[in-house]
Amino acid sequence: MSQPSTQKKFGKSTREVPHHSQKAQKWYPATDEPKPKKVRKTLRPWAPRDSLTPGTVLILLAGRFRGKRVVLLKTLDQGVLLVTGPFKINGVPLRRVNSRYVIATSQKIDLAGLDQAKIDEVAEPTYFARDTTKDKASEEAFFKQGEKPQKKEISSSRAADQKTIDKALIANIKKVDMLASYLASSFSLRKGDKPHEMKW
Amino acid sequence: MSATVESPSWRTVEVGRLVLVNNGPYTGRIAVIVEIISEKRVLVDGPSSEEKFAVPKGPVALSDVLLTDIKIEIPRAVRTGTLKKFWEKAEIDKKWQDSKWAQRSQRTERRKALTDFQRFQLMRAKKQQRYEVRKALAKIKAAA
Repeated sequence: MSQPSTQKKFGKSTREVPHHSQKAQKWYPATDEPKPKKVRKTLRPWAPRDSLTPGTVLILLAGRFRGKRVVLLKTLDQGVLLVTGPFKINGVPLRRVNSRYVIATSQKIDLAGLDQAKIDEVAEPTYFARDTTKDKASEEAFFKQGEKPQKKEISSSRAADQKTIDKALIANIKKVDMLASYLASSFSLRKGDKPHEMKW
Repeated sequence: MSATVESPSWRTVEVGRLVLVNNGPYTGRIAVIVEIISEKRVLVDGPSSEEKFAVPKGPVALSDVLLTDIKIEIPRAVRTGTLKKFWEKAEIDKKWQDSKWAQRSQRTERRKALTDFQRFQLMRAKKQQRYEVRKALAKIKAAA
């Protein structure tokens, strides 16, 4: 009742007349007016699965390193995980992977002695950003398609970061018997293996 | 021509036969048939002192149990207390646990519960075993 009603005089008495916008309509609409659907979804921040705690051994299921067993270092934003092979053991570098394409095993590796500041530095989104000026394919490169493309050079700072992180990690891995060779081996399904029934 | 007809030595549904429950909440537990209700159903009771084997007295369908080789002599329709005495006298728990059947199923359970790392360790151990066996065999072959 936002519109004010008016007082009108009829003979001796006064009557309250509602505003004309309050008047009932004379007809009903022949067709129902479409109402917009209520959205029942909300934006929720991603929370990692309980099994994805730092130090967990993961099995990668997709990508270039599928089948490899790697160590989880940190959970990043929006379902992304920071992992390392360690590089010396199975050739998997510091890398971001999607948590959906990963099996978390129950094996944990002690992360004691690892430089947390270094991990946080690597976890920054800018760390893995591509150097656009350098990596951009030039016209010249396009015409040289037949030739072998130049091998991507690995920046020495990245290699140094890999070494500093892996050094403490490998020391911890060596404390457990067979753990290093376990990480070096890759996973595959054998005859009769039912992944949905297996315990990890 | 003459032929001798021998009665087959099948496991029969009879009072005193030990059965392994294969369906329902008591799957994997053992009980003894105490009474035959119909051709499809029997009354079983498993007063085992071990928690993981015990089955409360009740009717079961024969399609839900598997007959075992083990059998004890008991009168028909004994009560749980009396059956427990027979059970302990015949050492049913021990007999069952020592049977190949129980051991095999226990082994599969254990294998199933292995984690990924444990499976890897098992694989390594098996490789080591195979290596030793073959080495010994080669030695014998060379000597012969």
